[in-house]
Amino acid sequence: MNIMIVGVGGQGTLLASRILGRVAIKEGYDVKVSEVHGMSQRGGSVVTYVKYGDEVYSPIIGKGEADIVLAFEILEAYRALPYLRKGGKMIANTQKINPMPVITGAMEYPADIEKKLAEKINLQAVDALSLAEQAGTIKAVNVVLIGLLAKSTSIDKSVWLEAIKETVPEKFIELNLKAFELGYNL
Amino acid sequence: MKKLMLGNEAVARGAYEAGVTVVSSYPGTPSTEITEHIVKYDNIFVEWAPNEKVACETALGASIAGARSMTCMKHVGLNVMADPVFTASYTGVNGGFVLCVADDQGMHSSQNEQDSRHYAKAAKIPMLEPSDSAECRDFTKAAYELSEKFDTPVFMRLSTRVSHSQSLVEEREKEDCKLKDYVKNPEKYVMTPGNAIKRHVVVEDRIKAITDFAEKTDLNSVEENGSKIGVIASGIAYMYAKEALGNRADYLKLGMIYPLPEKKITEFAGKYDKVYIIEELDPFIEEHCKALGVNVIGKDAFTLQGEYNPAMIKKAVLGEDAAEYDEAGEAVPVRPPVMCAGCPHRGVFYVLKKLGMTVSGDIGCYTLGSAPPLESVDTTICMGASVSAAHGMAKARGAEFNKKLVSVIGDSTFMHSGITGLVDIVYNKGNNTVIILDNSITGMTGHQDNPTTGYTIRKEPTKQVNLITLCKAIGVESVVVADPFDVKNFEKVVKEETEREAPSVIIAQRPCALLPPMRKKYSGHCEITDKCRKCKLCMKLGCPAISVSGDSVKIDVTQCNGCGLCTNVCPFGAIEQGD
Ligand SMILES: Cc1ncc(C[n+]2csc(CCOP(=O)(O)OP(=O)(O)O)c2C)c(N)n1
Repeated sequence: MNIMIVGVGGQGTLLASRILGRVAIKEGYDVKVSEVHGMSQRGGSVVTYVKYGDEVYSPIIGKGEADIVLAFEILEAYRALPYLRKGGKMIANTQKINPMPVITGAMEYPADIEKKLAEKINLQAVDALSLAEQAGTIKAVNVVLIGLLAKSTSIDKSVWLEAIKETVPEKFIELNLKAFELGYNL
Repeated sequence: MKKLMLGNEAVARGAYEAGVTVVSSYPGTPSTEITEHIVKYDNIFVEWAPNEKVACETALGASIAGARSMTCMKHVGLNVMADPVFTASYTGVNGGFVLCVADDQGMHSSQNEQDSRHYAKAAKIPMLEPSDSAECRDFTKAAYELSEKFDTPVFMRLSTRVSHSQSLVEEREKEDCKLKDYVKNPEKYVMTPGNAIKRHVVVEDRIKAITDFAEKTDLNSVEENGSKIGVIASGIAYMYAKEALGNRADYLKLGMIYPLPEKKITEFAGKYDKVYIIEELDPFIEEHCKALGVNVIGKDAFTLQGEYNPAMIKKAVLGEDAAEYDEAGEAVPVRPPVMCAGCPHRGVFYVLKKLGMTVSGDIGCYTLGSAPPLESVDTTICMGASVSAAHGMAKARGAEFNKKLVSVIGDSTFMHSGITGLVDIVYNKGNNTVIILDNSITGMTGHQDNPTTGYTIRKEPTKQVNLITLCKAIGVESVVVADPFDVKNFEKVVKEETEREAPSVIIAQRPCALLPPMRKKYSGHCEITDKCRKCKLCMKLGCPAISVSGDSVKIDVTQCNGCGLCTNVCPFGAIEQGD
């Protein structure tokens, strides 16, 4: 299974990939999680890969190889399109964050990305930001999206809940479980 | 149970299990987390040194004194420590000494893409290269054995994809490792020419002995699948090859990439119709093979640049195309990294751009001041170069040019290698203005403490270098502290100091917006009121939270942290700090 998580530096994609990695170990798979640290964490495009199966060699996912793309922002979803395999599924947060070339006016934020994506691929677009707000903080976007992802896999819900409890700090567990449920039950 | 660990975390685990007791490093992506994970173990002295040279010498000293020691750095950090490294090869070690160097193929976070394997060969120091986290742990332990067995420092070469990928590792018990006796031994440790001449002989004999070891060690392993294609690879490139070719190739996996075996390679290569060398960056293994007269395919089929991937290997070796995929069919705007909302550096560059300054830049979050719309940085070379390069610029072009010239350098970078440049300016009658961007932390690499922050890596309070007294002691008489968010005053200070016919330092002081106290201090978000006249001056800040929508300006509340810099820039008082 190849899952690619994309977003904007600072959105909490690392936590999402760590929860997912933990879920995969619990299921007894070989796992590789490729993260990005450093420069791009400063508001740039960020990509993490989670791969699991009987044996995983390369930690990265190439074009046309992702079974699922989990996108934290809709322009990043669009950018990741070539990585989705034919017949794969994309789960995307509809939130828009302007990149600097759009802010400076050098480029335009493409219009109707959701519609364009839906014409080409199996897309589940969700306003995860509002759901996170419902859970109590916009910072929980990552766990709302993990909820949505969980629903798209055959892995038992209890495994996901356990992985969240083991990954997030004690005092945020309740909030994150709520965020997870909001995504999962959508 | 096996644990999912970053390669860096697994190196730390290996160091712990090997009984390391002294670790000195300077941060640098992708190596930083090794040291940050070692700190989690008790009874190991761990520190952030001011720079890599100091770190290396500290670790070498610990080794000479009998401890197992380690230093970790990114590839360019190895340039900074090259001086002690080359001579450490001559002295050899007492306790095992391992140097972990992380290359950055693809330059995810670096200013160049140098291949550190050349250092192993040049300094005649053996180098191991793991392919995943389990090997990171195993090879670290092997490196200590090698180091003590052959009386040599040992390199561990990592890369972004090994350092920053998590894979499964089984934890083992810590070895019982005792401090070795310290015995005074000037012939070995005092590298005067007379002694060094003799040590050079030792080094050459040692590398011969380790080459014999390379023929036999299971760090270098052969995997036969009955194929007609042979592949020689190491590190992450081996994993890419394995994924691309699976059982359709036979492999010679090199865990030790210097010194390389001769018989093993010749024998392996002799069995195949075609032998591919799959290695990112330079043709290091390839040139070795060709020197042995072994016929291999390397850079004729593969690039010298960037990262490899399984699809390109499949194409090059088997001629098979990659998977099909969809494309957007229109230009998707790039999303380069930006200074965060609330970044103190933004105020500095806003002013420097406004004043039309030539900016001799440096390395850190503030390198982002080179990107539009701030676009103020003229040069970025290596850590510390902002100060010394500006000195050279001023000497080349004279006083008038110097009045429009400043250096910008972060607090960590100033401690790393900016001080000596400033000494040069004062000593050699320069009149430069150096702006130290004091955001109270080493920002770019993810918030490490440094000598100016007042805390150690373990967050224990410690003596804090006072930048003002330090600069004064060097001989800079004019040292001014200014808040870069008070843009009016900051502009005035920059004008005054650049006019001055004497060297001067401006300490731009405001903590990084991501530090916990600042997260608390900034609250809510800024709002644009109906006093806005749409002059769009605030857009010049390049704040990720402010953008134009239609003909009006808008603040994205999910991005704004309420730092208030824009309220200081708006000439009409039309932006208010809300909550
Ligand atoms: C020789 C060398 N070592 C390490 C690095 C990695 N590195 C890049 S910037 C930086 C520190 C930046 O800290 P500071 O100067 O305080 O600026 P800030 O990022 O906080 O603005 C480091 C360690 C490097 N590029 N070169």
